[in-house]
Amino acid sequence: MTETLLSTHDLTAHYGDFKALFGVDIEVNKGETIAIIGANGAGKSTLMRAITGLLPHAPDAIRFKGESIGALSAPEVLDRGIAMVPEGRRLFPSLTVEENLLIGAHSRTGNGYWTLESVYDIVPILRERKDHPATALSGGQQQMVAIGRALMSNPEALLCDEISLGLAPVVIKEIYASFPKIKESGASVIVVEQDIGQAMKVADRVYCMMEGRVTLQGTPEELSRDDIHNAYFGVSS
Amino acid sequence: MIWVDTLVQGILLGGLYALFAAGLSLVFGVMRLVNLAHGDLIVLAAFVILTIATTLGLHPFVAVFLAMPIMFAVGWGLQTYILNRVLGDDILPPLLVTFGLSVVIQNTLLETFSADSQKLTAGPIEAQSVALGPTTVGLTPLLTLASAILVIFALNQLFYRTKLGRAFRATSDDPVTVGLMVIRPNNVFAIATGIAMVVATIAALYLGVRANFDPTIGPARLLYAFQAVIIGGLGSLWGTLAGGIIIGVAQALGAAVNPEWQLLSGHVAFVLVLLFRPRGLFPRAND
Repeated sequence: MTETLLSTHDLTAHYGDFKALFGVDIEVNKGETIAIIGANGAGKSTLMRAITGLLPHAPDAIRFKGESIGALSAPEVLDRGIAMVPEGRRLFPSLTVEENLLIGAHSRTGNGYWTLESVYDIVPILRERKDHPATALSGGQQQMVAIGRALMSNPEALLCDEISLGLAPVVIKEIYASFPKIKESGASVIVVEQDIGQAMKVADRVYCMMEGRVTLQGTPEELSRDDIHNAYFGVSS
Repeated sequence: MIWVDTLVQGILLGGLYALFAAGLSLVFGVMRLVNLAHGDLIVLAAFVILTIATTLGLHPFVAVFLAMPIMFAVGWGLQTYILNRVLGDDILPPLLVTFGLSVVIQNTLLETFSADSQKLTAGPIEAQSVALGPTTVGLTPLLTLASAILVIFALNQLFYRTKLGRAFRATSDDPVTVGLMVIRPNNVFAIATGIAMVVATIAALYLGVRANFDPTIGPARLLYAFQAVIIGGLGSLWGTLAGGIIIGVAQALGAAVNPEWQLLSGHVAFVLVLLFRPRGLFPRAND
């Protein structure tokens, strides 16, 4: 029996008068990797913002570890074991690579799978560059620092928002090569992705969103190219 | 020989200005806030030391250690209940609020302590001097400079060697993203202003031991502090020390030529640095 870690039930969210999510239901099991795909403006990032408490929504719409977390502020949500890799990486330019990683563990108490050593083990290049300013690294390396920073809090759920944006395909491949190790640590992962190919490779299950709704879901094996095309663009090919 | 002496006196005076400026530099470095009440808060700290010293009959150098936690609390409360509410993309509201605060502090001190000049009496140490090569320097000015160097060194260690310092720098870079690390910027800012007020208390000790003070002298201290921060480069603590010393030396040299030129030459030095190095001598790379 799989255990549900994070779920949303009939989640709606607004930016002012603009309704951005229309009754979204997703479910993430413990240790599972979920991909949320969809075109620009489909509501993927809005969903991430709602989960992390940055966007107001109905208090009961989101449950994490069996508890309703909808009424909590962003720091309270994150404190319970959710970490986020924000879109655009958002590394701290005044901090070195190692300091950027350490600040991810700022509020952590106790030990866990992820330490500086275990992060350096999956990305050895960061150990060599640990004293460089984080923003002096290449785009792909910076993205790994951002992922490492989020892992340092030893989250139970890791949310990755558009981590392949603006990177070369070969670099994206390298980044996703580290995902099996993240899965080994026992964390559930939610990737928001426009690169459907990568998303299908890494995910156990896929949700496709369009215009604030989930239009398709299933395992990568179940979903045909046509289904996805349909759900992604809203037209048949 | 008189020129060597003037130069040394100027450097020592620079220590005092660096102490005035260190708290200002810290707060600006962490939250991009220019606290126009900084000078008045130094004067407030001097009155706090004076009150403790006279009521408990303590030496000012002892009373200062009791004043530090009080001023930390003042800084923490000021940031939490007033300044955090006005910090944002617009720099005007915090400027106006701290300007108003400056007026409030001055008038409260006038009401409470009157306009009389006060002084912190440190006893024989005030008149003692030591021979330093060809010149003789006062012990108090020497202690002032040593304290300034120590304070700047300690702040640098705090910034670059501790977990709190890491949070200071990260929050200064990106107050939104630190939220993802469960760091609350408002708490970080409150601690920073608290520490700045502890430094202001050390500055207040030497201000009060060196010369007379009254409730109205805050704004002029702010001006020297501000000039030291700008000369050094915004956000650079060692730069602030250098800035203080440059103002001090310029004032001492000006005064040696003509006593009326003391303040003027400090301001001229400030304008010259701005003219040739608009970002200061040691600007932070990523500002």
